[in-house]
Amino acid sequence: MTTSSMTPESHPTSTEEKSHVPGDLAAVASTAPIEGGLGDYFRTYRQRVRSGDMGSLPAVAGLVLLVVVFWVLHPTFGSLANFSDLLKQASPTIFIAMGLVFVLLLGEIDLAAGTAAGVCATLMARLSVGYGWSWPGAIGAALVCGLVIGLFTGWLCAKIRIPSFVVTLALFLAFQGVTLFFVNNGPGAHGNISITDSFITNLYNGQMPVWLGWLLAAVAVLGYAAVKLQQVVSRSRAGLIAEPISLVVLKVVTLAVVLAVAVYLLNLNRGGTGIPQLINQGGKFVLVKPPALRGVPWVVLEIGFFFSVWTFVLSRTRYGRHVYAVGGNTEAARRAGIRTDRIRISVFVISSFMAAIGGVLIASNTHSVDANTGGGNTLLLAVGAAVIGGTSLFGGRGRPADAIIGGLVVAVIANGMADLVQGNNRDAIQYIVTGAVLLLAAAVDALSRRRAGAAGLG
Amino acid sequence: MAEPTLSMRGINKSFGPVDVLRGVDFDAYAGQVTALVGDNGAGKSTLIKCVGGSYPIDAGEFFFEGRQVHVHSPRHASDLGIEIVYQDLALCDNLDIVQNMFLGREAVIRLKRKADEENEAAEDGEGFNTRLMDEIAMEKAAAGALASLHVRTVKSVRQRVSSLSGGQRQTVAIAKSVLWQSKVVILDEPTAALGVAQTAQVLELVRRLADQGIAVVLISHNMNDVLQVADRIAVLYLGQMAAIVERKNVDQQRLVELITTGRSGDVGLAATNATAGTV
Repeated sequence: MTTSSMTPESHPTSTEEKSHVPGDLAAVASTAPIEGGLGDYFRTYRQRVRSGDMGSLPAVAGLVLLVVVFWVLHPTFGSLANFSDLLKQASPTIFIAMGLVFVLLLGEIDLAAGTAAGVCATLMARLSVGYGWSWPGAIGAALVCGLVIGLFTGWLCAKIRIPSFVVTLALFLAFQGVTLFFVNNGPGAHGNISITDSFITNLYNGQMPVWLGWLLAAVAVLGYAAVKLQQVVSRSRAGLIAEPISLVVLKVVTLAVVLAVAVYLLNLNRGGTGIPQLINQGGKFVLVKPPALRGVPWVVLEIGFFFSVWTFVLSRTRYGRHVYAVGGNTEAARRAGIRTDRIRISVFVISSFMAAIGGVLIASNTHSVDANTGGGNTLLLAVGAAVIGGTSLFGGRGRPADAIIGGLVVAVIANGMADLVQGNNRDAIQYIVTGAVLLLAAAVDALSRRRAGAAGLG
Repeated sequence: MAEPTLSMRGINKSFGPVDVLRGVDFDAYAGQVTALVGDNGAGKSTLIKCVGGSYPIDAGEFFFEGRQVHVHSPRHASDLGIEIVYQDLALCDNLDIVQNMFLGREAVIRLKRKADEENEAAEDGEGFNTRLMDEIAMEKAAAGALASLHVRTVKSVRQRVSSLSGGQRQTVAIAKSVLWQSKVVILDEPTAALGVAQTAQVLELVRRLADQGIAVVLISHNMNDVLQVADRIAVLYLGQMAAIVERKNVDQQRLVELITTGRSGDVGLAATNATAGTV
């Protein structure tokens, strides 16, 4: 039995109206009034989109379009191996972007997230390789390093009141130096540190057993269905307008179908043709099957875990509500008694923590770190991912799901362009296209904001 | 007259060399609308911020329901039951009505232990506060507060504030004080940005607020609004309380005179005092 406290009146049971849905249904998540049946619901949704509140809709549409275009132009883009590679390639960007969503929600920016990832990754590599630490210690140190970086950044922004743009620009430079320092000092290899710990390298490269993929998919669908049904039941029981049950069923079935297809495809053997080949072994010819490669990549579970945690935090807890409030109107939040400084510091801590995980995955991917780890366009792609996914650069609007959708868009562009454009100008064209997509996303953000403003006055 | 809900005695406040408030006395009574008027720079906002705990007072006494209090933060003021509805409304556009009304004071789900369920008195005792927000309780309470003010212009309490008109925003901000059962509600220029119809609606709301037994303080530049809705009128003039008059004893002309010169006939500051205040 649950009851509320701190309300003027107290009512039994509870849930929340706001739904946070993975995948393309995310765009349907609602704060607008919902009345009557399915038709009314979609009408309300269309109105919201029209008034500029588009959420992830442009990003999901863009993702589908990109996949179709690349697939048509270059059929191997749609291969099983490439599907799994896409998920892996997107993962570091998604992690960094998920942390950046919190910073962007406050209308701040963390330009140092990329190089912070580099610092944490090289620290982990140095401890693991140079000092022989086992993976829990090395990864733990990297994550703690991320927390400390975030605390420092947040303190400079919130307490000393240096604009986050300046603070993180300075740290962006400084962290490149720190990365260089870790790479070139201490026991073990210098310049380029090769990581041998198989746990660390499997974080990015490994796949889970076939049965575990199915089990997790089932848990995700059942968990989602349980949360949604509980919401509908307790809201109707309290006499409040609830989502139409047909819509809930539609959402759950869609999620189930999407996950089932994805898990099925990822559990097929993508290691080769599967046909035994004649191989000459010491003068004798034997039939050898190429090694099978199947299973959902571990990165999917890692992303799913943090997506669930942060979505829960942002949509269901007071802390999450306060993050949105400070992003929407800092002064209003301050007057409401919210400690805005603490919120500001906390989002930088989350950002750097998630960047640390992103850094660990980058190191895991290449089995090594060097002075460039976390440098280059790591940060820009992550910011791009968050904004493409629908998080506003102006603060107050964004969800962890945005990082996933945007991260996939960025990965699809990089992956598809790499296949499509060959020759000397490959990188050049890839940079230009990614930049153009980011500009497009920022333009959509700015325009939808203007429209929402106009609608708000009406 | 009954004891004032809010009573300020001899309030002084200065910012560096500038004395903004000098020996100000101010009272607000339950069930009454007390208007606070004065020209720009007279110290209205400063006085309100002192009441609301945003500024500490330099000297003077602050009584709330007869007890002397030292309000040191906005949170403390709202805990006492003093709610300020600011001119710029202090609402978050990206949140909906319920979320705004509960901002900073969100209800959380409380898990009770088995034994406590039979024992109603254990409400504050052994229970365990989760970190989960209780959206249903909040939505019901917010809808109830709006209903108690007979608000019918708001379609759904789950509308985002960005989609509301100026008058609707004002309504939400005022309803918030009803929701939290405030004893003193201070409205800073509630009609400043509103059209004629919306102004009428908000003034009606102000009256209803007082009829619920709340001590309402109305800050306004608009003499029509003040004369229409106020029971008592306090006039600040260059940091001093020039006069506190009953509504029935003044008309627009005398009120304007008080605001601009600090005195009108036999009411107001002594002539020497009034000129001493000029900058």
